[in-house]
Amino acid sequence: MENPRERWIGREAGPVVRPYAVTRGRTRPRGLVVDLVTILVATGRTPGDRVWLSREQRRLLELCRRPSTPADLASETDLPFRVVQILLEDLHQYGLIEEVPQAAEPSERPDPRILMRVLDELRRL
Amino acid sequence: MNFAASESSVSQRQDDDVPLHTLKVLVAGGFGVGKTTLVGAVSEVRPLRTEETLTDASVGVDDLGGIESKTTTTVAMDFGRLTFSGGVRLYLFGTPGQERFWFMWDQIAYGAVGAIVLVDTRRLSTSFASIDFFEERGIPFVIAANQFEGARRYSADEIRDALDLDSDVPVLMCDVRSREVARGVLVALVEHALQLAQR
Repeated sequence: MENPRERWIGREAGPVVRPYAVTRGRTRPRGLVVDLVTILVATGRTPGDRVWLSREQRRLLELCRRPSTPADLASETDLPFRVVQILLEDLHQYGLIEEVPQAAEPSERPDPRILMRVLDELRRL
Repeated sequence: MNFAASESSVSQRQDDDVPLHTLKVLVAGGFGVGKTTLVGAVSEVRPLRTEETLTDASVGVDDLGGIESKTTTTVAMDFGRLTFSGGVRLYLFGTPGQERFWFMWDQIAYGAVGAIVLVDTRRLSTSFASIDFFEERGIPFVIAANQFEGARRYSADEIRDALDLDSDVPVLMCDVRSREVARGVLVALVEHALQLAQR
C-alpha cells in the first residue's frame, strides 16, 4: 500500500522557486487561458528573429507538432500545469501554436453523444 | 502475449493517437483517501503527480498542516488518462478537496463530465466541502466510499443519509485499488452525467 504522506513531503520543497523562474516571474496567464484539455497544435510558422524562446518553450513547441493538450504537455515536461499554461500563452501570442477546434463547442457540459461512446468503450474494457 | 492482437492494438493506437475530443473527470476527496490510487487504477499512462502551484500566501497542506506560509507553494495533482477510439480522450484530475483549493477546481470543473468524490467512512466530514462545491455548480458527481480495512462497514444508504445527498446521486461502496472497481465507478459517473444531460 502506498504512503501518500511520504511522497507529499518528498516532493514538497523542490520546485517552489524553479517554475516561476521558467515563466520569468509570472504566476498566472495574462491573455489566453488554455484549458487543461484544450487541443493545441503548432502552426508551422517559425519564430522570428526577434522572438526569444526558452528551452522549455522550444520543447513545448516541438511536442505541439503533434496535437496535444496542456495536461499531456505538463506530464511530458514535468512542469506544473500553471507554468505550462503561461508558456503556451506566449507561444500562442507569437502565432506559433493554435487551438484545434473540437467537434462540440466548449460548453458547460460535454456532448452526450461523446459520453455515450465513452460509456460503450468503458463497459467493454 | 498474443502477437497478432498486440499488433492490431498498436495500429489502433496510432489511429487514435491524435486527440479530437477531450473530456475531464475530477477525482476529489480528502487527504489520503485514495485519489492517487483511483487515478492510477484506471489510467493507461503511468499515473503522474504533477505539481500544481499555489500562490496563496498561507496555505496549509491537507491534514499535515506542515507547510508554513510561502508566497508560492505547490500541491500535488494526480493526473491520468484513458484513450478511446475516434480520438476521444478522458483525463482524470485528482485534487485535494478543501475549499482553499477551489480556485484550481473551478478551472478543471469547467466543461467536465463530472466528479468522483472519494469518501473515507471514518472521516465523512472531510468530504462535505467537495460535495457542496459540486452541488452548488450543478456538476454531476458520484460518491465512492472507499472501504478501508478495519473500518466499520456502512451501507450505501447510511452513507447517503450521513452526507445528506439527493436520492439520485449514486453511492458506491468500493475498494478503488482494483482496476475493475475503479472502472465501475467511472461507468457510474458517466451514466449519471448522461441521465442528467437527458433530463
